[in-house]
Amino acid sequence: MKLHEYQAKQVFADAGIPTPPSTLADNVDDAVAAAEEIGYPVAIKAQVQVGGRGKAGGIKLVDDADEAREAADAILGMDLKGIHVDRVLVEGAVDFVNELYVGVTMDRGEGKPVAMVSTRGGVNIEEVAEEDPDAIVREHIDPSFGMHPYQARRAVYEAGVERDVANDVASVLQTLYTLWDDRDGADAEINPLMVTSDREVVAADAVMNIDEDALFRQPELAEMEEDAAGGDDLEAKADEYGFDYVRLDGNVGIIGNGAGLVMTTLDLVDHYGGKPANFLDIGGGAKAERVTNALDMVFSDENVDSVVFNIFGGITRGDEVARGINEALEGFDEIPKPVVVRLAGTNWEEGMEILNEDLVTVEKTLEDAVQRAVANAEEVDQ
Amino acid sequence: MSVLVDDDTRVVVQGITGGEGKFHAGQMIEYGTNVVAGAVPGKGGQEVNGVPVYDTVDQAAREEDADASVVFVPPAFAADAIFEALDSPVDLAVAITEGIPTQDMARVNKRLSEVDTRLIGPNCPGIITPGEAKLGILPGNIFESGNVGLVSRSGTLTYQVVSNLTERGIGQTTAIGIGGDPIIGTDFVDALRLFEDDPDTDAIVMCGEIGGEDEEEAATFIDDYVDTPVAGFIAGRTAPPGKRMGHAGAIVSGSGTGTAQSKIDALNDAGVPVGDTPEEVADHIESFL
Repeated sequence: MKLHEYQAKQVFADAGIPTPPSTLADNVDDAVAAAEEIGYPVAIKAQVQVGGRGKAGGIKLVDDADEAREAADAILGMDLKGIHVDRVLVEGAVDFVNELYVGVTMDRGEGKPVAMVSTRGGVNIEEVAEEDPDAIVREHIDPSFGMHPYQARRAVYEAGVERDVANDVASVLQTLYTLWDDRDGADAEINPLMVTSDREVVAADAVMNIDEDALFRQPELAEMEEDAAGGDDLEAKADEYGFDYVRLDGNVGIIGNGAGLVMTTLDLVDHYGGKPANFLDIGGGAKAERVTNALDMVFSDENVDSVVFNIFGGITRGDEVARGINEALEGFDEIPKPVVVRLAGTNWEEGMEILNEDLVTVEKTLEDAVQRAVANAEEVDQ
Repeated sequence: MSVLVDDDTRVVVQGITGGEGKFHAGQMIEYGTNVVAGAVPGKGGQEVNGVPVYDTVDQAAREEDADASVVFVPPAFAADAIFEALDSPVDLAVAITEGIPTQDMARVNKRLSEVDTRLIGPNCPGIITPGEAKLGILPGNIFESGNVGLVSRSGTLTYQVVSNLTERGIGQTTAIGIGGDPIIGTDFVDALRLFEDDPDTDAIVMCGEIGGEDEEEAATFIDDYVDTPVAGFIAGRTAPPGKRMGHAGAIVSGSGTGTAQSKIDALNDAGVPVGDTPEEVADHIESFL
């Protein structure tokens, strides 16, 4: 779960990390009033979770009320990479002389947390990591030992941060690690961490992603979730149903159980010349109702021309799935999109008997099912 | 022969009184697994599926001479349950639980470096030696005893590939589901080493997926150490960067690491053919035997 910038900034500020003064606004008048209150220059920043907001016109620096009005008017209501902007953060501009990067994440290869510092902030840090990996200093943390101040100092001095601000930067890094640790962070980043002309450090951006599996013990952050989810309507619907769902741009709808097998089904659709419309994992042990919901989801995607349902039952039972498919389809006068079903594993024979073959096409192997679904999609497309 | 588990393995089931634990302990027993005890705090003295329940893993292992544990404990308590298994006399812990917080797993990972106990999982279907023992939730009926070792990050994909093999009469020594989380116990390299050292495993299937660099490390290991022929499969060729495909570990990062192509290239460079379809993986394995 990804927090919005304004949420992450609040969390950082509450922990004592210096942030610029800012106010959230959902209309032009409030945005201008906030700008007047903070004092110019201010930045007006779209609160959407897409990368490269600045380049896409979602961040504007303004010097007076007229400019603030114009910028807020342009940004509120705009579509940024497909996401509607309904809030802006109005934030005091920082008079900076230097941009640093600090971050904490889980190094999955090492299986331990890593704190990072770089003097090359303000740009895409992943590009820096690729072209000049040594420009980012990494300090691995033993989670049972915790992060100690010397480790933060070591990383900061190693990175070549100027000496007069080194202690302040180390302190921000230490606080960031503590936050990441306490709040079950997946990633916590400040890019850029600005050094001002007064030689102070200020977090000009804030990224905080929370481990979704840990939300049960982060009630305060879990409450932010609904707000932070946003985005695609179908993805919001999937959240509601509790599905793992990713929308893609093809026309073959895919439903299956288990992440690896669903990914494989997507790959096979591509292999046989089709284009996957989505990834939808109904999970293990799904009952008839979940199956009905899954079909409802995929049918409501207008890009979908054909559907393939691929279940390999371990704890999921073929007869349950078959009942769900029948229930979902019997409600229609006409089946909205052709459905191909392949059942294997636990109770697949019972499932095949239950399936109403007037409503679906049944295939025995994964390869045949996918090829049939791709062919169905091509037919509809013509 | 087999790796890690066989009909001598004595199994304690942690969480045997819960819905999943009870059901799957029953299935394991039905398959012929030697389940000797359950362990659930506060439930000592009960009996489930004809098996005695103890309050602690220590007691269960001591009283029933258990040497392996299967963890069916909900995510919020799972790390503690794994710690308990690692600190007990059992040599092998298999964690089925899905959804354990990653930071908990980092602590488990640290603990693993301090003990001799092996962990499989979490978020995995478990391990099976066909005809002898299954520790986990794998559907036993699709497996057949034979000479192919299988290691996979994904449960249902394992079933798919196994069924492609079994349908051709190709059986398995042992199949290990290592799990789809970012931080796991036994990884590809560990499993490949076990199969390489097993005289009865004549070929190995390795099913990976996008995310992380475990498959690339496995490729290097195969190049250096493994003489047994290996065939691979990588799921997620069509996954877009930055989108998590179900498994917490299955994500191509923005900078392009963890892509299917990089894994396929690494495996090919190590002489491992990678099938475009599960059927093609079975073709490769058949050609090895």
